[in-house]
Amino acid sequence: MQDQQRHLVVVGNGMVGQRLVEAVRDRDARRTWQVTVLSEEPRRAYDRVALSSYFDGVAAADLDVVAEGCYDTAGYTLRLDEAVTAIDRAARTVTTSRGAILGYEALVLATGSYPFVPPVPGRDLPGCFVYRTLDDLDAIRAAAQRAAVSTRGRRAGLVVGGGLLGLEAARALRLLGMSPHVVELAPRLMPLQVDEGGGALLREMIENLNVTLHLGTSVASIRRDAGRLLAILANGTELDVDVVVFSAGVRPRDRLARDAGLAVGGRGGVVADDGCRTSDPDIYAIGECASVGGRVYGLVAPGYAMAEVLADRLTGGTASITAADTSTKLKLMGVDVASFGDALAASDGALEVTLSNPVSRSYAKLVVSDDAKTLLGGILVGDASKYTMLRPLVGRPLPGDPVTMIAPAGGGTAVGAGALPGDAQVCSCHAVTKDAICAAITGRGLTGVGGVKAATKAGTGCGSCVPLLKTLLADSGVAVNPALCEHFDVTRAQLFEIVRVSGITTFTELIERHGRGRGCDICKPAVASILASLERGHILDGEQAALQDTNDHFLANIQRNGSYSVVPRIPGGEVTPEKLIVLGEVARDFGLYTKITGGQRIDLLGARVEQLPAIWRRLVDAGFESGHAYGKAVRTVKSCVGSTWCRYGVQDSVALAIELELRYRGIRSPHKIKAGVSGCARECAEARSKDIGVIAADDGWNLYVCGNGGFRPRHADLLLASTDRATLIRTIDRFIMFYIRTADRLQRTASWLQSLDGGLDYLRSVIVDDSLGISGELDAAVARHVERYDDEWAAVLADPERLRRFVSFVNAPGTPDPSIAFVSERGQPRPATLPVPVRALSAEAGGPTLEVV
Amino acid sequence: MTSAAAEPAAVWTVVCRYHDLQPERGVAALIGRVQVALFRTFDGTVYAIGNQDPFTGAYVLSRGIVGSCGEIPTVASPLHKQVFDLRTGTCLDDGTTAAGVYDVRIRDGLVEVMAG
Ligand code: SRM
Ligand SMILES: Cc1cc2nc3c(=O)[nH]c(=O)nc-3n(C[C@H](O)[C@H](O)[C@H](O)COP(=O)(O)OP(=O)(O)OC[C@H]3O[C@@H](n4cnc5c(N)ncnc54)[C@H](O)[C@@H]3O)c2cc1C
Ligand code: SF4
Ligand code: FES
Repeated sequence: MQDQQRHLVVVGNGMVGQRLVEAVRDRDARRTWQVTVLSEEPRRAYDRVALSSYFDGVAAADLDVVAEGCYDTAGYTLRLDEAVTAIDRAARTVTTSRGAILGYEALVLATGSYPFVPPVPGRDLPGCFVYRTLDDLDAIRAAAQRAAVSTRGRRAGLVVGGGLLGLEAARALRLLGMSPHVVELAPRLMPLQVDEGGGALLREMIENLNVTLHLGTSVASIRRDAGRLLAILANGTELDVDVVVFSAGVRPRDRLARDAGLAVGGRGGVVADDGCRTSDPDIYAIGECASVGGRVYGLVAPGYAMAEVLADRLTGGTASITAADTSTKLKLMGVDVASFGDALAASDGALEVTLSNPVSRSYAKLVVSDDAKTLLGGILVGDASKYTMLRPLVGRPLPGDPVTMIAPAGGGTAVGAGALPGDAQVCSCHAVTKDAICAAITGRGLTGVGGVKAATKAGTGCGSCVPLLKTLLADSGVAVNPALCEHFDVTRAQLFEIVRVSGITTFTELIERHGRGRGCDICKPAVASILASLERGHILDGEQAALQDTNDHFLANIQRNGSYSVVPRIPGGEVTPEKLIVLGEVARDFGLYTKITGGQRIDLLGARVEQLPAIWRRLVDAGFESGHAYGKAVRTVKSCVGSTWCRYGVQDSVALAIELELRYRGIRSPHKIKAGVSGCARECAEARSKDIGVIAADDGWNLYVCGNGGFRPRHADLLLASTDRATLIRTIDRFIMFYIRTADRLQRTASWLQSLDGGLDYLRSVIVDDSLGISGELDAAVARHVERYDDEWAAVLADPERLRRFVSFVNAPGTPDPSIAFVSERGQPRPATLPVPVRALSAEAGGPTLEVV
Repeated sequence: MTSAAAEPAAVWTVVCRYHDLQPERGVAALIGRVQVALFRTFDGTVYAIGNQDPFTGAYVLSRGIVGSCGEIPTVASPLHKQVFDLRTGTCLDDGTTAAGVYDVRIRDGLVEVMAG
């Protein structure tokens, strides 16, 4: 019961408007304000900064930024799909698009910006879009899908504007299967953030991503042409495209304020003072629609600062806006670009220190004061890893010589987190300082990035400060908790040693003696893998069965609809016609989708659990065995045809690949292990992108290790040159076993090598020179594996007890799962789209209607 | 089995023998058109939650890894590893999402579920 509750009306539920509501809710403990928020969009506030991740498969629901329970608070109301259409300042009311009239004591404009669309003839044609809201993205996606059906050949899209957002949009078009074109009026990309030198490198890198650039020109007109759009550029170029996305800058949405007679800035934006108050004392403006100190900010961080200041003012405080930090920009489009502070050296007497490295394809520039002592800003292209360290130093004394600070790793002064002053802002999205983060780390005994995020909000915006958070955690003196999970306080490597030395064979014994609780999806598969590596029984026997991920449990890979895939081993990629025919027949008889994998074998997808044994019966009878595609295990040893056929080949790469694959098949490891063997230096087997790569030389084999495709590609390093077959295999044996013993869970060999103190030299000393004296043990472990290897699928088929679990339903063993359904595409089955249930609080409660996105 | 239609009050349905349940592993049961995931935890307790993973729509929760989070008995979805409280079906990573929960009991060595 609040006798004197006042009414706060917030126009717009964007990132900043929502931040204000939460800040008021936090501060206004006595609930002196009743809060009503009006949102023109049909969904509540979401992370616009991360908008593009929607095209990477992030669900709309995951972009939601509204704090839990925010609008369950008494007096807090969010009205979606209802815009404010007019303000009556005299009456202190607003009118909404649904005809409602609401009175206010305080009114906040948080209406954001709208995309500027240049007056190009044809800009309103179907197929022309802007890039601002989730609805925009849905519309672009729908148009791309329509084009996929209607346009023959390559589909294309044009982005108007080569700034940060334009490049994001171009990337989005590519993800949607279109060839992107970008037209930019300025002679370089990102003209606002990047200088000429950086722009030239950026251009090269973006063009390498198959984005066609049209710089220094503009779109003259857009026409409809043969079911597509024809865009004509000012330089005469004509482009056939399916969509056009305008991304030529934003303008503050100040229409409401103008109509109500509030002061607006020369370049638009509702004029507000350092307390966010407009020319009407009862009306405030925050975020992108506000013009504070004569400036409109197109970034979220200054908007958040305004929201905090205003919340303080509304609850009796006197906070005011200080110079906003606009020095943040970092975007990853596969190309790192960072620009911060006075990047274009506009300050008086500013000096530039530039380092351009065409080989490593990086460009770095620091802008410093005339005495070269203070950092003013900078630009990094190609390698922006120093960004998180440099940005907080803007406006502060440089800790070292500017040249060495941007020199590539290895040379020069490393800029450590220690060099940062305590009040330096580490997370600029949420204005969190180094001191605040360190205090949270020590005060609350935080041990991981997750904890820091929860305690300080740092790292939850654009995410660019996360690497620095990790450094601060590591530097904080508090040992970063290396624990596997809440159940074990040790690392995987330590656990491996415990199991190896103690001879423990069950999870229960291990967790009772060395852990707590009953485990989870992190430690159980890790322990399962350790037990398997140490040859402690079939992975589906006894208690071990309960430790396995569903993939290992059913010896098949789970797919998105709950069906499984079948990948028989085809060592070295060599297969007889008879076996190929069997695969074809099995796929046909069981209605499986068939695809050649990237690992030179054949994947049969869409099997239900109860079909797996029958499928494998046929395959095993035909001489196939498990391919371990489901396990953290040795996958494939890829080969090229080699000297037997190829006119260049100098060694028999196929024979060696098959030998290696059969030697290591089934071995369980911290992550998957891939290998490749090429018959000559032309490297057709791509061996250097594998954990283990062997390349034939005239006088033997070259062994490369620790390569990786995947998330972070890395070329393998040469460990042995021109070696004989026996030494080669012995070294690989030791390499694999040493990795299995010492790596972290889910750590591929590439990142394992990076974390090994001493790197490649150390590795070589252990497995080639036997500096630790463990080679004998490693050799014996592999020998044991080779001797005991047994096909997992054959073993399952021979055992009625293990076969019993291959049913969809315990009470109806013969019944197939009715939820698994297929539709036909290109003559093969594919999963029908699954209806995802409404994500409500509780199935039986049924009552509370949540905002569902 | 029960008839899926027109059964206003839910009834107890026998789904399997208690001994069919492996410790710390789940099974799915089909009751009418409802899919229930049953789990036997280490201490022998049996839990029943919905088999559908609310994040993806796939009917797979019975195939997740069973474990504990503090004192809470849990299962992790085999698809994207969100963790669910076996007692309530609520998702521990996202309190607004739940898989649903069913009453379950053991009589004469048989596992019975209230659903339908
Ligand atoms: C089937 C296949 C794609 C295809 O149709 O070609 C595939 C499919 C999957 N890959 Fe892959 N990868 C396949 C070749 C590759 C390759 C190419 C290669 O092996 O030459 C790579 C890059 C090379 C590398 O690993 O370094 C590759 C890099 C990944 C990664 C990223 C790994 C990394 O280190 O960053 C993952 C994710 C992971 O393992 O954490 C992944 C994960 C997966 C998973 C297991 C995802 C999952 O958990 O469901 C997919 C399931 C397979 C299934 O259900 O059968 N897949 N995957 C290929 C199977 C090869 C085989 O015969 O076994
Ligand atoms: C693709 C993309 C990438 C971006 N990347 C970054 C980045 O990396 N870093 C960064 O700092 N910033 C980035 N931004 C900018 C950032 O998203 C904005 O600065 C931020 O969203 C501004 O918040 P806001 O609340 O002021 O405005 P908005 O988020 O635009 O919210 C305003 C809301 O008000 C609604 N509204 C408008 N008028 C009315 C009315 N009359 N009645 C009711 N509702 C109304 C609008 O529909 C909208 O929902 C990016 C923006 C986009 C589009
Ligand atoms: S790697 Fe060499 S041997 Fe192998 S296919 Fe290529 S050219 Fe021929
Ligand atoms: S700087 Fe964006 S999340 Fe920290």
